[in-house]
This record gives sequence, C-alpha cells and structure tokens, in this order.
Amino acid sequence: MRVAVTGISGRFGALVARRLHRLHTVVGLDRRNFARAPVDVEVHRIDIRRKRSEAIFRNGGFDAVVHLNLMHDLRASSADHYTFNIQGTGRVVEYCHKHGIKKLVLMSSANVYGPRADNTQFLTEDAPLMGGERFSDIRSLIAVDMLGQSFFWKYPEIETVILRPVHIIGAVHNAPSNYLRLRRPWTLAGFDPMAQVIHEDDVARAIELSLQPGIRGVFNLPGCRPAPLSVLVEMAHGRPRPIPHPLAEVMLERAWKLRLARFPAPELDHLRYVCMVDGQRAEDVLGFAANHDLDATMTHLRRTRLLMH
Amino acid sequence: MIGALQDILTEAIDARLPPELLDRIDELRAGIGGDRPTDDFGFTPEQIKYAVAVVEKVYRHWFRVEPIGLEHIPQGRALLIANHSGQVPIDAMMIATALILEAEPPRAVRSMVERWVPSLPFVSTFFSRMGQVLGTPENCRTLLEEEHAVLVFPEGVRGINKTYDKAYQLQAFGHGFMRLALETNTPIVPVGVVGAEEQYPTPWNLTGLAKTLGLPAVPVPVNPLIPGVGMLPLPVKYRIYFGRPLTFIGDPDDDAAEIAARVGVVRDAVDGLLRRGLLERQGWFR
Repeated sequence: MRVAVTGISGRFGALVARRLHRLHTVVGLDRRNFARAPVDVEVHRIDIRRKRSEAIFRNGGFDAVVHLNLMHDLRASSADHYTFNIQGTGRVVEYCHKHGIKKLVLMSSANVYGPRADNTQFLTEDAPLMGGERFSDIRSLIAVDMLGQSFFWKYPEIETVILRPVHIIGAVHNAPSNYLRLRRPWTLAGFDPMAQVIHEDDVARAIELSLQPGIRGVFNLPGCRPAPLSVLVEMAHGRPRPIPHPLAEVMLERAWKLRLARFPAPELDHLRYVCMVDGQRAEDVLGFAANHDLDATMTHLRRTRLLMH
Repeated sequence: MIGALQDILTEAIDARLPPELLDRIDELRAGIGGDRPTDDFGFTPEQIKYAVAVVEKVYRHWFRVEPIGLEHIPQGRALLIANHSGQVPIDAMMIATALILEAEPPRAVRSMVERWVPSLPFVSTFFSRMGQVLGTPENCRTLLEEEHAVLVFPEGVRGINKTYDKAYQLQAFGHGFMRLALETNTPIVPVGVVGAEEQYPTPWNLTGLAKTLGLPAVPVPVNPLIPGVGMLPLPVKYRIYFGRPLTFIGDPDDDAAEIAARVGVVRDAVDGLLRRGLLERQGWFR
C-alpha cells in the first residue's frame, strides 16, 4: 500500500513513519525537515496549503493518506490555527476526492469532547464536541474533526477514519506529556479527576489498524485503564503543588500573558473534570486494545523526561 | 516530611480499626479487581474504610440502624429503589453502610449524585472515592453492566425535601430507573426506610425564598428549637427494609404509560415496606 503521511517531521509523525514503512511504502509531506527519515521514506518539504502540493497527490498513486499535519502550538494565533488546520485539512480532503485516494485517516483528539463537570464517565463517539465551550484554542481542531465527519456522507466511497485518542504520552511536546514531565506540577486543591493516558506507540498502532480495508468511522482510543490524576503525577515522579482553582486561574492567566507559563488557564479544567472515553467501538471494529499498561506508559514518560530536557 | 507524617498517621488509624471492618474492606477491594486501588469511577476501598469507621458510630449508636431482609439483595447487578426523606441524604449513607457492614458478602452500593457535585472541590473527590457517581443514564448503565448494586431514589428532591405533613407518603417516581432495568435486565430491590422522616421534622419549606435563591428547597426543621439539639438530626431509630427482588421484562422504549404501570408496581412494593415498618416500630426512637 502507498501511504502519504502529512506532518511526518513532527515527533509523532516520525514515530508513525517508522512504524508504517515496514509494511507500506511511505511518502511524507511536511514543511519542516525530517532529519532522520528511514532511507526508504520519500519526504517532500512542502506546505500542504500550497497549490503546488497537489502534484504530489496527483502523481503519488496513494492508496491512503494519514493526516497528522495539525498545529497544536498554543502560542500560535487563532488565525494561524484556522488557516493551517482547516485550510490544510480542506486541501487534503479535496485531493483525496479528486485523485481517487480511497482512505483518509484523520488525527483528532478526545479533548474535542472537553473536560466538563457534567461529563458522563465514559463518552462515546456520538457525544457532542463541547471542547470549545471554555477553551477557544481547540476550536480549529473541533472544526477539523467535523470536516472529517462531513466527508462520511459527502464522499461515501472514501473510507474516512477519525481517531480520538486520550492524552498521548511519549516523546512528544503535547500538553499532557509536558505537564506530567514537570517536577512540581500544579494540581487543583480538592480536585483529583480520573484520567486516561495512551502510549504513543499504541496510537501509531491504531493508525496502522485504521489502514485495513473496510475500516471507516470515528474511534475513541482510551489507552490504559483510568487512574486518578494524583496517581499519574506520582507515577511520573512529580511532586504536586495543590492550588485553589480561583487562584490558579488568575495566576496562570497572568503567567500565560507574560509568557511565563506553558499552558493557558482554560487547560486547568483537565485538572478538575473528567474527559474520558469509551473504547468499545475501537475494540469491536478496529480490533484495537492498548498494548501498554499504565506502568509501561508512565515508565516511558519518565524516560522521555531525560530525553526532552 | 508531610508524606512521612501522613504514613505514620495512617498506620496509627489502621491499628485502631476493628479487624472485621478491615476484612470487609478487603472483600470490597477484591470486588474491583484486587490489583488496582481504584476502579474506573474513582471508587477506592482503601479510603472508604476511614469514612466507614466514623459513620459506623453514627450507624450503631445514633440511629441504631436495623436492616431487615439484606439476604434479598441478589449477587451481581441490582437496582435498589428506595424512598427518600429527612432533608439531608443520611438515608443513602445508612443504606450504604448497612450493605458494607452487614450484608454477606459486603457490597459497595453505588449511588448517583447531582450534576453540580463534580464542580465542588474536596466534595467531588470525596464522593468519587466513596463510590458515588455522577447521575447520568450512561454511568448507571455501565455500573449495572459491571454487576454493581446501584441505589436510586426515584422521588429525588420531591421526596427528601417534603414537609412532615407528607411523611411516609411516596411522591411521584421518575421512570428512568425502570427503562434502565429493562435495558440491562437488572432485578429491582424495593427498599423502605422508616425513621429518616423524623430526623429533621420540617413543618415549613420556604418555597418563595428557594425560588429566589435558585435552590430546590429551603426547609425549616424544628431541630434548632429543641434545647441541646441544634442542627444535629434527632436520634431516631432507622429501620431499613429490603424487599424481594422484582424482575421486569419488556421494551425499555415502551410508551410512558407502559413504563408507568411497572414503576407503579415498584412504588407499591416500597409503600408496602413502609407500612410494615410503621406497624413494627414503637415510636420515633424505638
């Protein structure tokens, strides 16, 4: 199978490429350089929003596209998020349709559901995407997810897969891994929600499973068994600093504006409310169950702390 | 430093707990899969023992709780449908304690909490560790499918906040529990709590003020008027009757009228237990 992977030069993109190239012919697209690409992976340095990228899709003879080229940088402006994520995804979607690519795998996130006080313990794929209610920076990612969903009925001949993994843990620069790598992470006094994490290798494996013929639809990826946030912090060898929520919100807002914090204040909701998913559909249809348990995942995180600092 | 102090304190408390209680907590731990301290909803048997150790004193000495018919609770999934009364949900705490201290084997009953509870610091964590779960149909369904006993008060605030002139008169029952019982093929155990109505006898409920404040009720109990009682509940005797399990078959999506007829059967069963309890008791305190 010939598979195009967008956003291949990111840490997670590289991980996916290394996994997929053993089974498939992988062609990467990214505006960044892919420094240590496997020799058999062809990489095009290009911004997928540029019209020029269409030629790669037209001539590539791809059977599938794995679209990972999404901006998660919370410091980037809202306009940048929108143009990069929505226009970029729009282009990929358009090329799949125009050039007869039969499979599209989109990377969304369980964060699109949003941490909320009245969330049911395990959200299924049909739960409303409420993540943007308090945290506006995630709206472009919700829009990408919805764009993928509109593809189901617009182009039913294309097998579209949307993956919504819980907090991905690994050698990646996402908010949950960054948070758990902190030596003295903030927690919110009196709150200790249950949380789910997933090992980055398990997410890459889910992408591989999504490429099987006949697989389509939205899949939550719940990863390891849930554990209280305090247990995750303890397993990461962090020493929590409990702070009352109203105070933490004010302090973080200021610190974020002054560029002293890595997380904006609305992200604090992840430290007080549940946002966990039900993985029955992924298990039944995709045949997915996490290979890494909580111990293995958190050991991996501790190793990446050394690597990333 | 704080961690070491915490460990010393925990050990000292553990040494004072009755061994029978510790055995029962061990059995609860086995129920959630012995290798994990916490289940998927946050229930932590290791922490429940401290709460039970305190509540046990209230259970045995303040309310002198007498559970009757605990043997009717089936192994595996069950919906415990109880009357709700007494202004403060002590009835839920006493039912849960009875199941931990006196049921064979001990059961951790799970009850459903209001939607605003998760936003309260400390309370949300405490409730979650004690096994209480946000009241959504999905959560209830998951718990039943995992073979838990779930406690539901289908009268809701209508029951708990009623004034004393309506004591032991069951208010309207919600239908949600019946649809879930049909869907998950769960037996229903009717539960009648006698005694809780008198813990805070309430002649008035300031409904106007409640509406202004956006609260479900502002009850005015007589307790503060009794010298030496203050805001404490009266030391009434609790009798908790567990009826024989009722099994229903049918379509969970049936018309409201069909469901209402089945709910009526459960309501009559709870009412029967209340009538029996009122006949058997000798006044509020015996």
